[in-house]
Amino acid sequence: MERIRNISDLERIREQILKKRESEKIVLRTCISTGCRAQKSLKVVSALGSAIEEQGLQDTVKIRKTGCHGFCEMGPIMVVEPENIFYRKVRPEDVNEIISQLTEGGIVERLLWKDPVTKEHITSERELPIYKRQKKKVTYRSGRIDPADIEDYIAANGYSALGKALTFMSPAEVIGTVIASGLRGRGGGGFPAGVKWKMCSEAPSDIRYIIANGDEGDPGAFMDRSLMEGDPHSIIEGMIIGAYAIGARQGFIYVREEYPIAIEHLSIAIRQAEEYGILGNNILGSGCEFNIKIHRGAGAFVCGEETALIISIEGRSGTPRSRPPYPAIEGLWGKPTVINNVETFANIPLIISKGAEAYASVGTERSKGTKVFSLVGKVMNTGLIEVEMGTTLREIIFDIGGGIRKCKLFKAVQTGGPSGGCIPITKIDMPVDYDSLREAGAIMGSGGMIVMDGTSCMVDVARYFINFLMYESCGKCVPCREGLKQMHHILENICEGHGEEDDIKTLIELGQFMMTSSLCGLGSTAPNPVLSTIRHFRSEYESHIYDKKCFAGVCKNLFEYVIDAELCNGCALCRLKCPEGAISGKKKKPHSIDSSKCIKCGICFNSCKQEAILVR
Amino acid sequence: MKIPIIIDGRLVQVDQGTMIISAAKNAGIFIPTLCYHEALKPYGSCRLCIVEVIQNKQRRLVTSCNFPAEAGMEVFTDTTRVREIRKKIIELLLARCSEVPIVQTLAKRTGIETSGFKKRETKECILCGLCVRFCEEVVGVSAIGLSNRGTEREVSTPFKAPSDICIGCGSCTYICPTGCIEMVPDEKTPGMHSMKMGSPSLEPCPNDYKCEACDIEQQFVEEMKGAIIQFRSKFRKATEL
Repeated sequence: MERIRNISDLERIREQILKKRESEKIVLRTCISTGCRAQKSLKVVSALGSAIEEQGLQDTVKIRKTGCHGFCEMGPIMVVEPENIFYRKVRPEDVNEIISQLTEGGIVERLLWKDPVTKEHITSERELPIYKRQKKKVTYRSGRIDPADIEDYIAANGYSALGKALTFMSPAEVIGTVIASGLRGRGGGGFPAGVKWKMCSEAPSDIRYIIANGDEGDPGAFMDRSLMEGDPHSIIEGMIIGAYAIGARQGFIYVREEYPIAIEHLSIAIRQAEEYGILGNNILGSGCEFNIKIHRGAGAFVCGEETALIISIEGRSGTPRSRPPYPAIEGLWGKPTVINNVETFANIPLIISKGAEAYASVGTERSKGTKVFSLVGKVMNTGLIEVEMGTTLREIIFDIGGGIRKCKLFKAVQTGGPSGGCIPITKIDMPVDYDSLREAGAIMGSGGMIVMDGTSCMVDVARYFINFLMYESCGKCVPCREGLKQMHHILENICEGHGEEDDIKTLIELGQFMMTSSLCGLGSTAPNPVLSTIRHFRSEYESHIYDKKCFAGVCKNLFEYVIDAELCNGCALCRLKCPEGAISGKKKKPHSIDSSKCIKCGICFNSCKQEAILVR
Repeated sequence: MKIPIIIDGRLVQVDQGTMIISAAKNAGIFIPTLCYHEALKPYGSCRLCIVEVIQNKQRRLVTSCNFPAEAGMEVFTDTTRVREIRKKIIELLLARCSEVPIVQTLAKRTGIETSGFKKRETKECILCGLCVRFCEEVVGVSAIGLSNRGTEREVSTPFKAPSDICIGCGSCTYICPTGCIEMVPDEKTPGMHSMKMGSPSLEPCPNDYKCEACDIEQQFVEEMKGAIIQFRSKFRKATEL
């Protein structure tokens, strides 16, 4: 390999790589990201390797170990190019069949995705409903390129935005373009990224730093992880452009230690970029110097907060400090520092290469571009999705997500992680962007989306998130530390059936107090799960407190399972499965539950095919 | 350079960069606080010193200990919003440590008789962090720190082992607003003192390892101590090289 000295070098090398790849007739894009790896995709890859060798197809068939494709639930995923055949849940035993079909041009039908409603097999990846309505821009390369091979990234037009910025644009022009694009921080706050860069570049100092925040800690969120695993070079490219714009010579990527594959892929990417002369001294002949270090976080949720993250990099225990001064003025080791989410940085190359106007043509008036979400919970299709800002919740949950599992009723969607809120069914046609989410009492957060149906108790959901936050609060300021503890006690009492009349009022007052008086973003957004559920699901709190009833069947002290004699066909499935022997009845006659013996484990409820077991 | 600001309707001239709390103090206006000390960098953890500020026609709540005064700024230290917040903070502190005199005094001063929250525990430390910051910033020793997170947060020495860098100066005892750090004569070194924090004690074994019932723990602590000392000497060597 040779060092890339300037932009024409880059173009020449890209052509060389493309030429070298002309002989590859068939490419098997196999996901080795965390989700698929957990389903043994590495074994599939090695089985593929030996099968190809056995058949002597090494010259024409290439296995590409890619990052996340997005449809994580169906892992391990494999896509055969150029036909774009999508295989799901591929096991090592299936490999021989796939390879033998390759040469004949056939398709292994049983590995195709089947539409649960129409029972139709869908062959092409492009035609899958989960992908059809998406706008893949940031995650486009993830799933298409090998993240551990810089040549793949360069071949896919990578680093051309960097070349353009360093060769044809001044730092001020880069900042101007980012401001004009309307890009807002993807970490949750939604502060305009370009404005932050401008503030930092104007702060008087000879040393500046740039930090990519990959400390993703929300339960059920994996956008940043997938991006770091699947397309690390796009983050690095965005960071170099940012460093050029603000005049930084050192950058940090803060990644959780719990993301070993992300760390591995980022380390490989940084090493390769250094070897190619994309990091280091005199980048692409511009005279710019920039290096990146990976800082592994010890897994504290609060370290995702920017001031805590900076303190953590400095080597102290991560506790936030008051702002102002903002990190853009006084950040890492007291120097002006730009800190953005990894997804924000991955957006930068798109803005630079296509121009601010083209980028801003996508999205709503005040939220531009696309946003990556991790869609999880009770939807049919779970995984990583990328949609245009302003897409409605209905489109996300029903068109992309395929609706609610077991044809149940959609109840709420929780966005923004523990600091976010729950949005009820009445707001299903709400466009998803920074401002409308905030209006609904939730936040964009880093993009977690947990879909809930009728079996989720909203008081219990609030209790779960407050419990999470109570353990993750750093404990520095009184409102967050003591307030969360009191909130947790009250919610715990309500869920156990000891709720008192004033509890709702106390929770609202306490929540509003915490929002105004906490030290950092964690504390001031921590009451969101409680306040948003009280706002949209107040009746549920009231039935817990006054009627001592949990109609969702979650809070064990507050409900009973009963069998509807009309619906029960006496199949005896529940009676046989009940671990406590609480169900009695004769075959083909309606059964009944002895509530004194019932431990409310829910086995009967989940196993009844007639849905004759009711929560009361 | 002096700049004019208005605190509670009074025009005050202060130096540029003065924090609101000391500007108010100089003007004889009382702002309650538990974690602020003139000798230390502002910390902003107790949130008691919250005031309302009008700056550039924007009204907002800020903590006066770490918010510098700016020309033309108007400060209100005793509005309804401010009083409400202070009341809640003191109520929360009362629920945590109802026996602590300084919290009781503040409660009386604010007119709170009982906390609206259920009393959950009786801790002596209010986690203001004064001792830890004094030890680091003024004494320059950092023998104690804040360990754990959230509600489990506490002041302790590293690994709760007896500190071998504490110089026994007693600053932490002096600065602690609750009196939960005691200075006791050190039995091992006559004439020296060591610090003891109410409960839990900063010493790993209150019986000084004299009890035979728990020699396993004793051995563990000794090994741990050995490991730490070894690590320290290694680290020192590495930094010398």
